[in-house]
Amino acid sequence: MTDPNSSVSHLDLEESKHTFLDANELVINMGPQHPATHGVLRVILRLDGEKVMGLECVIGYLHRGVEKIAEHRTYTMFNPYVDRMDYVAAVSNGLGYCEAVEKLLNVEAPPRANYIRVILTELNRLASHQLWLGTHALDIGAMTPLFYTFRDREEILKIFEKYCGARLTTHAFRIGGCQYETYEGFEKDVKKFLAFVAPKIDEYEELLTTNRIWVERTKNVGTISAQDCIALGVTGPVLRASGVKWDLRKAQPYANYKLFDFEIPTGENGDTYDRYLVRMAEMRQSLHIIQQAVEGIPEGPIMAKVSKVIKPPVGEIYHSIEAPKGELGYYIVSDGSTQPYRIRVRPPSFVNLQALDLMCRGQLVADVIAVIGTLDIVLGEVDR
Amino acid sequence: MPGFITNYLDKTVQMTPGQYGSPFWALVYILVVFGGVSLAVVCMNWLERKILAHMQVRLGPMRVGPHGLLQPIADALKLILKEDIVPEGADSFVFLLAPVIILLAVFSVYCVIPFGPTHAITDMNIGILFMLGVSSLGVLGIVMAGWASNSHYPLIGALRSSAQMVSYEIAMGLAVVSAVLMTSLNDSGTGTLSMIDIVKAQNAQHVWFVFKFFPLGLIAFFIFAVAMVAETNRAPFDLPEAESELTAGFHTEYSGLRWSLFMLGEYAAMIAVSSIAITLWLGGWMRPFPNALGGPNWDLAFSLFPALTFFGLAAMTFYSTMRMPKHAYFRIQTIGLGAFGALFALIGLILLVPPVRDRVQDVYWFIAKIAVFLYLYIWYRGTFPRYRFDQLMKVGWKVLLPMGIGVLMLTGIVGLRTEIWDFLQRLVHV
Repeated sequence: MTDPNSSVSHLDLEESKHTFLDANELVINMGPQHPATHGVLRVILRLDGEKVMGLECVIGYLHRGVEKIAEHRTYTMFNPYVDRMDYVAAVSNGLGYCEAVEKLLNVEAPPRANYIRVILTELNRLASHQLWLGTHALDIGAMTPLFYTFRDREEILKIFEKYCGARLTTHAFRIGGCQYETYEGFEKDVKKFLAFVAPKIDEYEELLTTNRIWVERTKNVGTISAQDCIALGVTGPVLRASGVKWDLRKAQPYANYKLFDFEIPTGENGDTYDRYLVRMAEMRQSLHIIQQAVEGIPEGPIMAKVSKVIKPPVGEIYHSIEAPKGELGYYIVSDGSTQPYRIRVRPPSFVNLQALDLMCRGQLVADVIAVIGTLDIVLGEVDR
Repeated sequence: MPGFITNYLDKTVQMTPGQYGSPFWALVYILVVFGGVSLAVVCMNWLERKILAHMQVRLGPMRVGPHGLLQPIADALKLILKEDIVPEGADSFVFLLAPVIILLAVFSVYCVIPFGPTHAITDMNIGILFMLGVSSLGVLGIVMAGWASNSHYPLIGALRSSAQMVSYEIAMGLAVVSAVLMTSLNDSGTGTLSMIDIVKAQNAQHVWFVFKFFPLGLIAFFIFAVAMVAETNRAPFDLPEAESELTAGFHTEYSGLRWSLFMLGEYAAMIAVSSIAITLWLGGWMRPFPNALGGPNWDLAFSLFPALTFFGLAAMTFYSTMRMPKHAYFRIQTIGLGAFGALFALIGLILLVPPVRDRVQDVYWFIAKIAVFLYLYIWYRGTFPRYRFDQLMKVGWKVLLPMGIGVLMLTGIVGLRTEIWDFLQRLVHV
């Protein structure tokens, strides 16, 4: 290959000499414009026939320098930017950032704000998982679930729109709490949505869970062990599907997650099918959390006492939350001015994407598509 | 009128134009079949998009014409006007030839498809063999397209496609042989390979082969039904053109009219294999329930079906016309839809006239059965995920092939059970 981008290859090239029958290996460039790479991921595949001998991800096509932008914005001004990283789970991004700055400022959001945060974040987790399910199923060839999930995701976006005016990049939270009080009938809307979506999740499962082709396409595909997951830093549903019961909502509760009763669904085999089951179970757990939150939502202020000009003390902080895709962490260094000295984001998609090569080796081309889908990456977050 | 026209129209002639040796009528039939299939492909295009859309909680095309009825025409126009790009590194001659070969292979199959006892272009005594042979030529076109494109994705798509079609053809062939075998299991003991005679054999034996030696005929039909989906590269066996993996498979590099030739070929192939399945197992042009609901009264009742179908379509169209928006902007569309409904009603009325009614019976039932198959094709596409290549091969070689061999042997054994029994008894007595 003469492509300058591929000169950074770290793959073991010795391995490629032993192709089946000493046939020539085939190098295929999948992406950045490809229907199944979920954006602008470029994957350089080395194939022996249809078997994947190794692959390399080339990222950066969506790089916007979010971390650098932060150094020239005040803490408040940077808040909307984080929504543009994982744009299908913008609320989670905002929650992580706001909580990190709050931790730096040593303030705490009032209880009512925390309840609103939990409701919106869990709704967003549901929306993110629905989008994942639709696109993942589409990659594997089942067209119909995509439209079902988008139909139901629409209801969540409507709630967001009613709450803060935006559907996708919501900028729902502010440092210190929430800017907007819930609208008239918010609880009713959410409860109505919960009753609406629970049977819909059964509907998705009906289409896929016991579908023979679906099971064959996902069982024992892209298997990754718990040790490998931990070694690579993989988090979120991928880690849990490998059997590790690790969820930051339980492990180091943030917001007011410790008030709610919910399970951490885990898998056993760490294959694509288990990841599918784990995410489906997570959707139901999210519904359970929202149910509790919307029933127990207290009255009170929604904003803590935070000065207009946010000027955290000198210091550094790392705060991470359980985003729909895994551990989303913000490392903020403050030099005492109104602008952060440095912000480093630990995006779950970026770290999880590292496992792609390991998960795909020895599998077929069609499995690469399934594995990219099951990792649930968002390129906005990978490239930042 | 010249003799070569009127001769064939003689009511006593119960042959296809091919057998009758009338080149003029053969040409007319060829044109009718070619035009009819092309029209069916256009309708199928619209129906697939609409039905699939309604399965997926959306509306499908709604903009071009009322309910998007003119969308296929708009698409065809767009494709014709598009630039016909030949990639730089491609072998241009082979690249340009490939779609023609696919189309040729598919449309040749229609030579032997009997839409009625006399409504076929010709009737060959090796009809089913001809069909199997010619339809496999389509692989050649696919391989040529994939190879000549000089690009990775089409190449992989073409290789997948050829492997898939070749391996499913074997299972398909075994299922076909078991149906052919059934034709020979009658009183006279003579079988046939002619498509028309296969249907006539079902008529003579008073059973559709799908129900013969239950469940053997059904299993053979099932094997064929699976293999034919794989053969036409449709979901869930659409790996050669798996858009999420290979962008578009073997026709990735094609554009404009040539791309539309591939599409035409694909849909025409769907109709062709469906009609083969119908001929072999589902009684071809015969109406349903000829035994249970027999007699002249039922014949009359069933002969009203073509007209009723068109009246039903007309009613649907009129209902939609009534529900069109009342805005002046939609006036032309509303009038057009109403006219369309009136056309359906008119066709329905014509189909009520006794001479017409009797003549279109066989063609109607054949097309109705094809429509059921095409609906199934769309339904599969809306429901199933895609098989992986190795799983596809596993299904072909490890499931369908043994099943096909088993069914073939069992059909022979069951069909000759009296002879075998006699033979065994003689063995014992000697």
